[in-house]
Amino acid sequence: MTNNFEPLIIGFTCNWCSYRAADMAGTGREKYPPNIRLIRMMCSGRLDPMFVMKALSDGADGVMITGCHPGECHYLEQNYKALRRTILLKRTLGQMGVDPERVKLVWASAAEGVYLAKEIGIFVEEIREKGPLDWPSRKNPAISIVEKEEVSV
Amino acid sequence: MANSKTPSGKPRIGVYVCHCGTNIAGVVDVEDVANWSAEELKDIGVVLSRDNKFMCSSQGQELIESDIKEFGLNRVVVAACSPHLHEKTFRGACERAGMNPFFCEMASIREQVSWVTKDKKKATEKSKSMVAGAVNRVVYHEALEPIKVPINPTTLIVGGGIAGIQAALEIANTGHEVYLVEREPSIGGHMAQFDKTFPTLDCSACILTPRMSEVGMHPNINLLTWSEVENVDGFVGNFDVTIRKKSRCVIEEDCTGCGICVQKCPITVIDDEFGVGIGTRKAIYTPFDQAIPNYPVLDKENCTYFIKGTCRACEKFCATNAIDFEQQDEIINVTVGNIILATGYDLFDARKMPNYGYGRYPNVFTSMEFERLCNAAGPTNGEIVLRDGVTAPKSVAIVHCVGSRDKNHNNYCSAICCMQSLKFAHIVYERTGAEIHNFYIDIRTTAKNYDEFYQRVLDEGTLFVRGKVAEITDVPQNEAEEGKLIVQAEDTLAGLQRRIPVDMVILSVGLEPKGDSDEVAHQFGISCSSNGWFTEKHPKLDPVSTMTEGIFIAGCATGPKDIPASVSQGSAAAARVISYIEMGELELEPVRASVIEEICSGCKICNDLCPYNAIIFIEDKQVTEINEALCQGCGTCVAACPAGAIVGTGFSNEQILAQIEGLMMDFSVPEVV
Repeated sequence: MTNNFEPLIIGFTCNWCSYRAADMAGTGREKYPPNIRLIRMMCSGRLDPMFVMKALSDGADGVMITGCHPGECHYLEQNYKALRRTILLKRTLGQMGVDPERVKLVWASAAEGVYLAKEIGIFVEEIREKGPLDWPSRKNPAISIVEKEEVSV
Repeated sequence: MANSKTPSGKPRIGVYVCHCGTNIAGVVDVEDVANWSAEELKDIGVVLSRDNKFMCSSQGQELIESDIKEFGLNRVVVAACSPHLHEKTFRGACERAGMNPFFCEMASIREQVSWVTKDKKKATEKSKSMVAGAVNRVVYHEALEPIKVPINPTTLIVGGGIAGIQAALEIANTGHEVYLVEREPSIGGHMAQFDKTFPTLDCSACILTPRMSEVGMHPNINLLTWSEVENVDGFVGNFDVTIRKKSRCVIEEDCTGCGICVQKCPITVIDDEFGVGIGTRKAIYTPFDQAIPNYPVLDKENCTYFIKGTCRACEKFCATNAIDFEQQDEIINVTVGNIILATGYDLFDARKMPNYGYGRYPNVFTSMEFERLCNAAGPTNGEIVLRDGVTAPKSVAIVHCVGSRDKNHNNYCSAICCMQSLKFAHIVYERTGAEIHNFYIDIRTTAKNYDEFYQRVLDEGTLFVRGKVAEITDVPQNEAEEGKLIVQAEDTLAGLQRRIPVDMVILSVGLEPKGDSDEVAHQFGISCSSNGWFTEKHPKLDPVSTMTEGIFIAGCATGPKDIPASVSQGSAAAARVISYIEMGELELEPVRASVIEEICSGCKICNDLCPYNAIIFIEDKQVTEINEALCQGCGTCVAACPAGAIVGTGFSNEQILAQIEGLMMDFSVPEVV
């Protein structure tokens, strides 16, 4: 199954650090798998957990959230908020029957293009191991429970 | 589309796919991407789609302009390089054609696709999905006006070395006020410690001190030495800076700098700061004769009055009663529009390489110790002698790259050590006639007149051994080595091991970031490279700016460099600041958050999230409000609002959700056969 499986990964990046790390990876011609699609935000603190849910429910197999290293946030401390939200979000995903390890938080400074490229490579392989999430088409038991509850109300 | 919010105006989107010469087109089938976009994204509103050799060229920009006019485009997507490079360019093209520039979106298919992907087919697929994401996103863009912030014309410069001095003079000469903050008692930096500068062999003090006194007397420069920045708040145009002016125990207004206090002070200590342990100073001192400012500093740790409660000799002899033992640190608050950091460097600690014997063998010197030794104003009046203070060396070894180009210590080249070592070789030759051995890995003499200087030193008969020194020892193996320091190195050109006995060894130690560069970077909101040097906005095209608007960097704080390069950077940073001051106000990205009052439930969840205190709760209305002037646009509150009552311009929920959908559109990556 996993032989032909090409995971699709959505990456959320911070305008000040990880997006620039991606720029730097490009400038340095650091090769990484094409499976990731990056979205730029001003700060990892902008990450609404809804975005992750949207990505996974629309067909992504994994989501990578990247931001400035703790203590280096361009907006002083908003990456800590991203950290807390990510932990909560992963717990919620687990309760919904989605492997929480499909969401990964990576800190990458604007200088760490090589590191970011390496981390993307690692994450793509991790998700390849896990296989497709295939949320849009599969009958998700967690979702059906929610539907049942709604019916009972 | 799942998004409920209808976009403003029926979108008519133009897609432009750039070849970037072969940078993109060499990997991505740009024509295919353009054709695919025209076909598959028609329903979203793509009216036309083109590919072009160089979209950023004036021809490419004119293409966008004429298309906007001819085809009535109201949105533009450019698939090219990173928006950090050319977003401004394409927004400008849109604006010239009468479109609001914020209806332009970029897909970074060079940095994120062609440069990082091997497989051409997959690169093309990824490009398509990124264009789809951008097209889907741009539908939800709205017309925005840039935010304008006024620029306070006063500038703060941190660090009074040659880079900081240069920057201060450049700005002050245009008539604008400068605060120059220096941690040490005098400005001048490392350059004040040198004897001569390479390759011209100018006397360092002779060319530096006129600049220093110009700073000291300049009506527009507020010089704060023996001071440190404690805190920085605010943003470009309007930084609030707190400076601690450390107590000198000398009343500056009253001190004439006559030096009688220094003369009468009975305590003499080793000068570990300016004199790097070579030479002495008093407990009340100026670091060197031409110090600017020339009023002294009292060293409380060594002052008899502070230790035993008696003495006060300095106070007794001071004619103007300028000594004040009770003087406290002073806190100074200033408001500035821009900041230049020229905080300089530290030297590699040669003790970290115990095989070179520094600290164990008295006649192993560091480069800075040798600078002081050969300095005409130094402790020996420029006479080159061994640590005993009398014996002239008959043979000298100069070791290059100590701590540099060494994976155990610093992996980078310190840039100045080759020329510095050649300068030492010349000075030793000129003043002692001793035999000189240089141990080098490679000779790097790339700047103007540098290699000519190398040739000159070669002609003087200095010997060069290509090889890294393994060990410096005082254990002799034969009679000739008795009482000498023996330098053991592999001569990689001759292919043999050499043991060369010498009287004196000079270690050309490398340059390192300041020990507290991380803290300073954090304080000013900029970043450091993995080595610890301050990171430029762009290493080639914007080397004196940082990612933080209004904070500029110059000199060795950004990486090792020689004096001309530091001076150039000081001038460059000053030019950037002056242009901001002259502009009077700066346009910032209109990325801001605002609250839709009707939706806000007054839950206050967002109230504690803002690091800039831009969120205020209005008790009367029981709703939250965001102060646009304080908001920096991070979007944390937007993400936190459970009611979706906070809107973030430029990065709205609709825009990001639409982009996610777009990126998924080409999910079906073809099976690898």
